[in-house]
Amino acid sequence: MKKAALLAGLAAATLFGAKVLASDLFDRINAGRYQAILADCAACHTKPGGKPFAGGAPLQTPFGALVPSNITPDLETGIGSWTYADFRSAVKTGVGKDGKRLYPAMPYPAYATMKDSDVADLWAYFQKVEPVSNRVVSNQLPFPFNIRATMIGWNLLNFSPKEFEADPNKSAAWNRGAYLVNGAGHCGTCHTPKSLTGADKGDEFLRGGNLQSWFAPNITSDPHKGIGSWATDDIVAYLKTGANRFDIASGPMAEAISHSTRLWDDADLTAVATYLKDVKGDGAPAPTPVVATDAAMTAGKAIYLDRCSACHISSGVGQPSLFPTLAKTPTVNGTDPTSLIRVVLEGSQAASTAAKPTTPAMPSFGWNLSDADVANVLTYVRNSWGNAAPPVTAGQVKDLRAALTR
Amino acid sequence: MARKLPRKDVVIVGLGWTGSILAHELTDAGLDVVAIERGPWRDTATDFNVAYAPDELRYAVRKDLFLQPAQEAMTMRNNVTQTALPMRDYGSFLPGTGVGGAGTHWNGHTWRFFPSDFTLKTHLTERYGADRLSELQIQDWGVSYDELESAFDRFEYLAGISGKAGNLNGTIQPGGNPFEGPRKREYPLPAMQMTYAPTLFAEAARSRGLHPFPTPSANLSKAYVNPLGIAMGQCTACGFCERFGCANYSKSSAHTTVLPVLMRKSNFEARTECEVLKINLAPDGKTATGVTYIDVNGETFEQPADIVLLNAYGLHNVRLMLLSGIGKPYDPATGEGVVGRNYCYQTNASAQVFFEGKSMNPFIAAGALGQTVDDYNGDAFDHGALNFVGGAGINCIPTNGRPIQYRPVPPGTPRWGSAWKKATRQYYNNTLTFSSQGSSYATRGNYLDLDPTYKDRFGRPLLRVTFDFPDNDIRMSNWVSDRMQEIATALGGKQAVVGKQQKGWNSVPYQSTHNTGGAIMGTDPRTSAVNRHLQSWDVPNVFAIGASAFPQNAGKNPTGPVGALAFWAADSIRNHYLKNPGKLVEA
Repeated sequence: MKKAALLAGLAAATLFGAKVLASDLFDRINAGRYQAILADCAACHTKPGGKPFAGGAPLQTPFGALVPSNITPDLETGIGSWTYADFRSAVKTGVGKDGKRLYPAMPYPAYATMKDSDVADLWAYFQKVEPVSNRVVSNQLPFPFNIRATMIGWNLLNFSPKEFEADPNKSAAWNRGAYLVNGAGHCGTCHTPKSLTGADKGDEFLRGGNLQSWFAPNITSDPHKGIGSWATDDIVAYLKTGANRFDIASGPMAEAISHSTRLWDDADLTAVATYLKDVKGDGAPAPTPVVATDAAMTAGKAIYLDRCSACHISSGVGQPSLFPTLAKTPTVNGTDPTSLIRVVLEGSQAASTAAKPTTPAMPSFGWNLSDADVANVLTYVRNSWGNAAPPVTAGQVKDLRAALTR
Repeated sequence: MARKLPRKDVVIVGLGWTGSILAHELTDAGLDVVAIERGPWRDTATDFNVAYAPDELRYAVRKDLFLQPAQEAMTMRNNVTQTALPMRDYGSFLPGTGVGGAGTHWNGHTWRFFPSDFTLKTHLTERYGADRLSELQIQDWGVSYDELESAFDRFEYLAGISGKAGNLNGTIQPGGNPFEGPRKREYPLPAMQMTYAPTLFAEAARSRGLHPFPTPSANLSKAYVNPLGIAMGQCTACGFCERFGCANYSKSSAHTTVLPVLMRKSNFEARTECEVLKINLAPDGKTATGVTYIDVNGETFEQPADIVLLNAYGLHNVRLMLLSGIGKPYDPATGEGVVGRNYCYQTNASAQVFFEGKSMNPFIAAGALGQTVDDYNGDAFDHGALNFVGGAGINCIPTNGRPIQYRPVPPGTPRWGSAWKKATRQYYNNTLTFSSQGSSYATRGNYLDLDPTYKDRFGRPLLRVTFDFPDNDIRMSNWVSDRMQEIATALGGKQAVVGKQQKGWNSVPYQSTHNTGGAIMGTDPRTSAVNRHLQSWDVPNVFAIGASAFPQNAGKNPTGPVGALAFWAADSIRNHYLKNPGKLVEA
C-alpha cells in the first residue's frame, strides 16, 4: 500500500525541468527500482550469473536470435550517453538513440502504455546502476529481418502507442491491475497469441501463446482453459510464492516469479488478480473429452499409473505445494500442449521463493518414454478427471523433441 | 602447498543430517558458514529420478550411493591379538557419502532412546549393583533425556515423523510405546497405515501379553510442511528406502527437510567433492585454525575458520580427530585415552516364519513401516534374575519385496535351480520376517584407532576397527531370540526359523550401519573425548557431532538421538559458546 501511495504521489509531481531535491532523487530511484521489478527488465537484460543489466542471454525468436542489450550506464557499451528522451523513446516507442529501431522482443508495445512518470523513475534508477563494460551485438537475425528499418513497417501495421487510460466505470484496483498487466507487467508478451508477424492478436488477449517451445497458458477467466476457477487469493498466492492450491510454476513463469512477481506489493498483486478475473475468454464451451475406451486413453492410463501416479496420484489431484494437480487446470486443458510435452520430455523445477522454498522437481522422461508414449499419457491426462482437450499426437512430441535438442 | 582461502566463521565437515541442521541453525545466528562435503551434490529430481530410482541392481546390489573403499577403506579385526586387514568392500555396514550422507539412503526408523539409556551407568549400578557391569565399560552421557526432550521434538517436527506417542507428559497413551520417555506433544504426523505382516505380528505379540506399537517412521503418513516451510509428500509405500534416495519427497533427509532453505542463504556455501584432510591446530595444539581439504582436481586448500564442526559419519569424525591430533588416542592396554574409546555396534538376530496361503504382498512396504515391541529393550524389564544387561527392540518392519534380494526360502532349499525357483514362488508371498535389534555395550577391548600398515590414497592411515560382540551382548541377544521364538510360535505358520547371534563379528554380510562411539560425550575428560555440549575437551573450538558421541549403543536406530544431539549442540553454540568462546565445561 505504501508503495502504491508513493507512486500515486510521484505521478502527480512534475518531474522534469524542475530542480530535483536529493530526497526526491532517492524516492525516484527507489520507485524506479520497483518499476524495473514490475517490468522484469532483468529477465532479459541480465545473463544468468552475469552482472545486472549488462546484457542478457540470446532470445530465440521465430525470426532468429536477438541478444538483449547492455542497459547499464556505461558510456561506451551501455546507455551512458543516452538522454532521458532517448530512453523514453526506446521504452515507449521502440526507437532508440539516433533513431535506431528496436525489435519488439523488447516489449515496447506494452511499455507504451506506461505513464511517463513511471518511465522517468525507471530512468532515474538505470542512471544509478553499476556501469558495466560489455559490448553486446543485439541483432543476430538473418536477412531480411536483420534490417532494423523493417520495423518501421511492422510498427505501422501492429503498433499504435497509447498511454493507459483508466476506465472510470471500474474500481481503482481493476484499473491498477489493467495498467500493470498491459504495461510494465507485459503479461501479453507471452500469454497473448501472436500473428504471423509476431504481433499480439488483440482480440485473443491473454488466451495463451506459444514461444520458445513453451505454451504460456490462457490466463483469462475462461473456466475450462483459463484460470476462471482460481479465486483472487489463488492468483495472488501463485504470483507471490510460485504455488497455489492448484498449480506450481515452472519454466519461464518460474523465472518471472523468482525475478519479478514475488517482489511485487501485495496490493499490486491483488489488483492484477482483480483485473484478470474480469478478462473474458473465447466463450467457447469445453470440448467433449476423448472417450476412456480410446486406444490412446487406455495406453495412456497404463503409463500414467506406472510412471506418474506416485506423485500426481491416480485421481490427478497431486500433493499440496509439491506435485501440481492435473485435474481441471489451465495448462492441462489448454489448446496447445507444448508445455506439457516439454515438462514430460525435459522435466522441470519449481520456482524457489521464501514462502515456498521446497523447489520440487519433475524428472525428465524423455529418455524412457517414446513419442507415442508421451502422446498417449498426455492424451489421457488431458481427458480424465474432468479435463477435456484435443489429443496429443506422436508427431507433436517428435517435433518438440527435435526442437529441444537442436 | 595449500592455497589459503578467506576466513569463515564456521567450517562444517560433512553435509548430511547433522551438518545441514548445524549449518541452518548457525546461519540463522548470522554466522558465515561453509560446509565441505567429500561426496557429490545430490538432489531428488536429478539423482533420485523417479524413472530410475527403483533400480535394485544399481543401488542395492552395486551400492551406488555409498562410500566406496577406493575412496576410503577401513581395516578390521576381532581383538588385539589379530592383525587387522582392510575391508575390500563395505559389507557389515555401509557408510554414506555425498550431500545428505547416510541420511539419504536410510530406512527412516526415528527413535528416542529411553531416559535410563542416558544415565546408563548410574541407573544400572543403582538397580543391579556395580558387579553386574564388571566386564563392561558403560558410561553416562552427561546429558539427560529431559534436557534433550525439546531437541528430539525439534528433530521429529523438522522431519515430519509419523508415529503414535506412548507417553505424553507422563500419561501412558494407548497404541503407543508404553516404555518410552515422556514427550511433550504427539508426533507431527499419525502413524502409517499398517500392512499385513506387521498386523499379524502385532496380534501374535499381543497374545503373548506384549505391547506392540507402530514404529516411528520418517516415511511420511501424510503430506507435511515442516517448520522451515518445506513441503513433503505422502509415502507411496514403494519399498525402495534403504540403499535408495527417495524419489517422492516422502522420506525425511537433509534434502527434503533442510537443504532447500539452507541453499537460499547468502551466508552459506557448500563445497562438494572436497575432502577434508585434517583439522589444523595452532602451535599450542589447543585451538583449531581451520581445515585443509583437497578438491576433485587434486588441489589443496586451507580454509581458516573460527569454529570447526565435525559432522561426518561417526567413524570418520573419529578418524579425523586421530589424524589431526585432537584428544589423546585411546589405548586398550591401559584403558587410558579417549579418542577411539567405547566403539559400539548393534547386536541383532532375525526370525522367519513360513506360511501357506497368505498374501503378504511384501512389495507394499516402506523402510520404517511396521510394528515394534519394546518390552525386552534396554532396561524396560527386570534383569534381576538374568545374567546380562541391555536388551533389544523386536521389529516386524518388512522394508521391501524387491526382486533380486528378497527371495525368502526355508532352510534346506537349494540355492539355485528349479527347486529354488519353486520355493521362491511358494514363499515370496508367504514369509513373515521379524528381527531383534539389540543394544551394544562398550568393553575395554572394542575400540577405534589408526591402522599401523594400511593407508588411503592420500597416504593417511586407515581407521582400524577392533570389535567383537561382548559376551554380555551375546547372552542378551540369545535370550531375546528365545522370546522371538515364543512370538514365532504364536504366529503359527508351517515353519519358524529363529537366528541366534554368535561371537566372531564378520565384516562381510550386511548387519547394521549403526556404528557408535569413538568420540564419546561425558562429564570426565579422562573418559570422554567431548563434553556434554559435544565440544572437544582439548580443542574447544572443535565440536564432534554424531553417533560418535554415544557412550554405548541402545537397541534402537541411532538417527533420532543423532538429530537431537545436532539441535542440542547448535543450542550450546548459539546460546553459550558464541557469547563466550572457550571451554563450556571446566574439566
